This record gives sequence, C-alpha cells and structure tokens, in this order.
Amino acid sequence: MTIQSSVDTLLTKYQSRGREALLPVLWDVQGAFGSISPEHVHEISHLLRVPEADIFGVIGFYTLFHDQPTGRRIIRICTDPTCALKGADDVLRETCARLDIAPDETTADCEYTVERSPCLGMCDYAPAALASARGEVDVALPNVTVDALLGEWTGEYFRPAGDNRSALLNPRLRAAPETLAEYGDYKALRRAISEMSPEEVIAQVEASGLIGRGGAAFPTGLKWKFTRGADGNIKYIVCNADESEPGTFKDRVLMEHRPHLLLEGIALAAYAVGTDKAIIFIRGEYPKATAILADAIREAQAAGLLGGASMGDDDELDIELRRGAGAYICGEETALFEAIEGKRGFPRMKPPYPTTFGLFGKPTAVNNVETLCAVPSIISKGADWFRGIGSDGSAGPKLVSVSGHVARPGVYEIKPGISLRHFLDEVCGGVIGELQAVLMGGAAGTFLKPEDSDVRLTFEDLREAGSTFGSGAIMVFNQTTDLRDMLKRLGRFFQHESCGKCFPCQLGTQRQVEILERLDAPQAGDAERLMDIGLTMTEASICGLGHTAGIAVMSAIEQFPELFKANGQQHG
Amino acid sequence: MAENVIKLTLDGTELEIPKGATLLDAANQAGVDIPVICYHEATTPNGLCRICVVDVDGGRVLQPACVAECQADSKVETRNERVERSRRTILEMLNASVNLDEAPEIQQMMGDYAADEARFPDAHLREHTLIDDNPFYVRDYEQCVLCWRCVQVCAEDAQYTFALTLKNRGHETSVATAFDIAMTDSPCVFCGQCIGVCPTGALKPKAQWGMEQGWSADEMRQKTRRGKKRKSGEGDGD
Repeated sequence: MTIQSSVDTLLTKYQSRGREALLPVLWDVQGAFGSISPEHVHEISHLLRVPEADIFGVIGFYTLFHDQPTGRRIIRICTDPTCALKGADDVLRETCARLDIAPDETTADCEYTVERSPCLGMCDYAPAALASARGEVDVALPNVTVDALLGEWTGEYFRPAGDNRSALLNPRLRAAPETLAEYGDYKALRRAISEMSPEEVIAQVEASGLIGRGGAAFPTGLKWKFTRGADGNIKYIVCNADESEPGTFKDRVLMEHRPHLLLEGIALAAYAVGTDKAIIFIRGEYPKATAILADAIREAQAAGLLGGASMGDDDELDIELRRGAGAYICGEETALFEAIEGKRGFPRMKPPYPTTFGLFGKPTAVNNVETLCAVPSIISKGADWFRGIGSDGSAGPKLVSVSGHVARPGVYEIKPGISLRHFLDEVCGGVIGELQAVLMGGAAGTFLKPEDSDVRLTFEDLREAGSTFGSGAIMVFNQTTDLRDMLKRLGRFFQHESCGKCFPCQLGTQRQVEILERLDAPQAGDAERLMDIGLTMTEASICGLGHTAGIAVMSAIEQFPELFKANGQQHG
Repeated sequence: MAENVIKLTLDGTELEIPKGATLLDAANQAGVDIPVICYHEATTPNGLCRICVVDVDGGRVLQPACVAECQADSKVETRNERVERSRRTILEMLNASVNLDEAPEIQQMMGDYAADEARFPDAHLREHTLIDDNPFYVRDYEQCVLCWRCVQVCAEDAQYTFALTLKNRGHETSVATAFDIAMTDSPCVFCGQCIGVCPTGALKPKAQWGMEQGWSADEMRQKTRRGKKRKSGEGDGD
C-alpha cells in the first residue's frame, strides 16, 4: 500500500475536520507507522488543510511525537527528583549498558530506544517508566528494574487509598477502577437537574468555598458564574487532566480509581455553565487513566447518565477525551486550548481570560480533576458540610501527593489545617531517616526546613509562611539527599519544559540550569545571578510556568545559602 | 471627561488617553521612551520579548507595555528598579545566547541599561550554520532573537505563504522550514517581507551578504539570480 492510500484509510474518520484534529491524527499516524515522515505530513496537510511547516512545528513541540524513526519499543525512564532518590539513574545507565546504547539512542536492530523522561506522575511507584511498543497501547511501569524494562511489560499496580471519612477517595476499592455498579447512580447530577437551577448549583459551589485544586486556587463558583454570564451560545467545560507538576499524582489516582466521580463532576459543571460540550485534556503519559476514562464515558453514556431525556435534561452531554503529547506547559490553561486547537502549546496573553475567550475563542470554564471531583458531594451533602471540613480559606477535603523519604508514599485525603509534622508522622508513616527538607508544591514550589514542620497545611497558612500548597505535592528529602542534585534536576525540568515563547523564561530556564549544573563548584556571583534570573522570570514572563520556574531555586538560596557557596568561599 | 477617555499617571505625569490604548501608546503620548524588540507596527503583537515591561500599581508581575491596555486611575512607572532589573537581565541573558553584532538597537539598549556583556560566563550560545539555499537571501540563525516577526509575515500577518515555522522548544527553538527543506523547495515566494521585519542580521538579502563577503560583480550575478547561469555579455553591457 502506498503511504497515501494507507494514511487515507487510517484517517477517513477525520475527513470533515480541521486543524483541531491535528493531535489525534498525529497520534494515529505515529501509532501505525512509529514516526511521522514528511510524506505523512504532506497527506495530513491536505486532509486537515494545515500548512506542512505548521505540522512540522507542532510535531517538534511535543516530546512524545517523533519525526525521525525510533526503535520499535521506546522506554522513557523518569529521572526527576523522586525517581532519582529511588535509583532511576542506575536503572537508566544499566538499561542502556545492557542494550549497548547511550540515553536517547536506538539499538542497532531498531528494537529499543531509551530516553530520559520528565516526571511521569508515578512518584508513589518510583522509579517509574513509560513504555511504548509500536501499534500497542502505552504502559506506565511502576518500580522499574532493568529486567522489567527489557522483559514483558505488565504495568499492574494498585494501592487502596482513602479512609472511612474520605469524600474523594474510596477506601473500599480492592482494584481500580471503581465500576459504575460500585459508584452507583449519578445522584447529585440527577438531583441538580430535577431540583436546582444552574444558578442554584453555582450558588451552592460558591457557598462551599471550593477553590481550584490545580495550583492557582481560583474560586470555582466564581469561574462558573463568569462563564455562564459570558456572551455567546457556544461554551465549553474543559477538564484539565494534564497533571504534570513533578511530585503531583493525585489526579492520576482519582482518574484511575474513580472515573465516574470525575464524569459526574464534569456533568454538573456543564449543567451549571450551560453547555453540552466538555473536553477532558489528559496528559499523554497517563495511558492507564486514559483507557479507564474512555471506558467510563462509554459506560455512562450507555446508562443514560450524562443528561438528556433519561435525566430530565434537554441535551445529552458530549464528553470528549483528548490526549496530550508530552508538554508540561499544556497544564497552563491557554496553552492547553492551543493544544486542543492543533497548535504548538504556547500560552496566550491574558486578558482576555478563558471565561470570555477560551477554547476556540468561546467562553470556557477550565477546572482541575480534583476540583471537579469535589462537586458531586457538595451538591449531595451541601455547602455547609464542605465548609465544615478544613479552614476558612481552605474549605473541603484536599488531596496531597507525598513522595520521597516517607514510609508510605501515595495520595492522601486530608482535612486542611493539620500540621505538616502530623501529616508526615501520623498520616504517611513517618520520615525515613532524618528530615532535611520538604519541597512543597512541586518543582514550582518552595523548600521548608524541619523547624517549619508545625506549619498548618492550608492555602493561607502556607502562603503566610512564604510557601505554597500549589497542587498539593509534598516531596520529602532526608539527610542523605544531595539537595544540589535535586536543584539541578529541577533546573533541567524547567529548561526542558519551557515553551520558548517569552524571552525571560526561554532564556532564564537555560541560564538557570547552566549555573545549577556547576553548583558543586560555583563561580563568584552565581547566587546573585540566580536571583536576578528568578526575579526576572517571576515578574516578566507571560505565564505561570515562567512565573514559578525560579521559585524553588530562590527559596533554596534563602533557606540553604551554603549550597551556593564554593567550599570555604563567601558567595557573592 | 469624555466617556471614551481615561486618566492615568505615567512616571508622575497625569495623562488623558483614549480607552483601549496600550501602555506603549500612553508612553509615546507622554514622550517617554520604552524599548521594544519583538514589537513591530506591521505585525500582531505577541508581547513575548518582555523588554517593554513596566510597573503598574506595583503589581505582582510587570506588564508588557506593547499589549497591556491602560487602566483608569492607574499609576505606571516605566523605569523603576524592578523594571530595570528585568530589562537588564533579559538583555544580559539574550546576549549570552545570540550573536548581537548586527543588532545596533539592542546594543544601544545594553548600554542604556548597563547590561554586562559577560554577566553569564560559560553560557551556551545558540549555534547555527548560515543557511545559503536560494539566490535571494541568507539565514544566519545565530543572530536570531526569536521575535517571531518573520514567521508572522510569512503567515497571516501578510503573505499567507506558510513557508516558515518554529521548530523544537524552549531555548533550542529556531525558525525553520518544514523538515528543514531548502527554501527553494518550500512554499516561499521570495517576497522579502521577512527580511524587512528582521530586527537583527539574521535575515539578509543575498546581494548585501555578497558585498560583505567581497564578491566580484560576476560572482554577484551568478549567485543572486535564479535559473541557469546567464550568458556572459547578455544585457548587462559587459
């Protein structure tokens, strides 16, 4: 078969679509052919009416797309902080040695390509890897060894989560995912549609004090109110499932464990905002959650649970699942829109904000997975119940992803207000060894020292302490951890993930990593250079990635100034 | 005051400005100079070089003057300590990545902001080989600051040719054709608009480059014209 006819066959279903279908098309072509060649791009260009140069630019933006041939199997090993603590570098080195290649190379028989990967959101199973075999569904591999990587891939893992008081997690699960039979009817949605107006749903969510769980902590009810009130007949709900903040994996666990809770939350959001179109944008590195959600959407549709006549609603909700392709920046809401629209994931300038000018230029409410999962219980149990959990500024249960040197890494549902010390000692089984530092809020977060352990885990207490709750990531480092090495890895992460649009971040993440790489023998003035870079990125970048790309480093300069001095030298 | 006019204070001077005007418009009206690199009247502003950032009401982040709209009753400082640090650091970082020898405006800015050319020792300069693949212009991406203007005029801002794109990501981004094919194999119509909007020496007419290389008149003829080599003596008075 010629390239043209085989691509034609593969892509018939996209015939009437345009540029927005570009990422799905690229996934299909790569799935069938292993990589995307100039001939494929030529055909796709005709199909979707997108210039060839643009398609080439898009392929190069997303790290999971390849325009050059790769091995039949690709192994991506995470080398970010948590996996590094658990020996990821050794696994990478030995895997490459066994295959007689260097990282990012392909074996002579074209069987294997091995790459380093940024955080795969599997920090509770460190070291982790993402394995891809041509024509097959990708597999996320937990607790990898060289033998596991080079043998048969299974990718099976499950750990019960939650306790008896949990609202977001289900402690009774003995396997993932929770089935529709286990989850039961979409009672909260049914109740909202039959008893409440959309405005009442919004009022309830506003009264609950729910604020966004993706990191920016914006009031959810207010976002919905703005979107509902915006002009226009076409509106969207977008579920941001592009979880990729290093150390954060709560959304993955929610999606793998409780897909129907998320779908019901999305349906409630759509009802409140007044739309029948929702899109879940899920990161490309989450194959298991992607498959689980796809099944759950079919299941819910078949059961007539997504609105429509069976729910007493006018229109049935259409939930589309879109797969990202390897770009941390697409967790930024406007970059995420660009990705869905088939473009390079560049953040847009704000204003205008998504609630008036979002996906395809239409009013859009973008909500994090955990945020949407909180909504069904707010509707069924009431705003007061939700407010009763946590503090004034941090209402409702909050998920925390903890990784590194603790006895039981994982996702925990906490009542905001407990202290960090209580969380570490009582909830996740204690610190292994002697605590040296905690990185709060992921790679874009700040360091806390052992003496800060009495800080209460709430958005407002952490903000007051000069820290951040962010996406709820807590990375724990004991006295054996080389913090300079951790900082280098954070620096490499941001350098790898900067989109390159604005000068401060494009140049700043590069200059930052150059200095961090020489931290074992710093040059005079390096701490001042890092401060200037960090402040410039924070104050002058376009988006949240740039604003936070220097935060952890600046926090380390403040908390651990000795790390930035050459032996016996004063820095500066 | 008319409904479509707002008041704000810019560097201590009170201004009245039409609603919807940018901070750069306001600065121009007040006769205050704000440096720009990516901004160009003929292209859609993307606010990406951030050299034009200013401080509005001491906000958490600085605002790009080229695109940020004036807010009523705001207090704008176009050159305080925060603004100077950002501008100076951007220039120092840029100078460490890009060959700015043929960017006199940016060099001037480096002087204005006391940017240290050697601020970032052992930095990784973006290395590119000069691309000479057509008779009309050469591309030296070592001098490219990634202002995007050439890509924009090649696309919806002017020509609708779509010969150019951005490839790779982050610091390793560069302007390129699809799969790096020669410009003569791309949709390029050699309109020259990209050269016109390039703020550095990254894009240069072939003849100009030839003169810099010291080509003879014959060489110039051979290398800057399309198609078969012209017969000697044809139409040029030799």
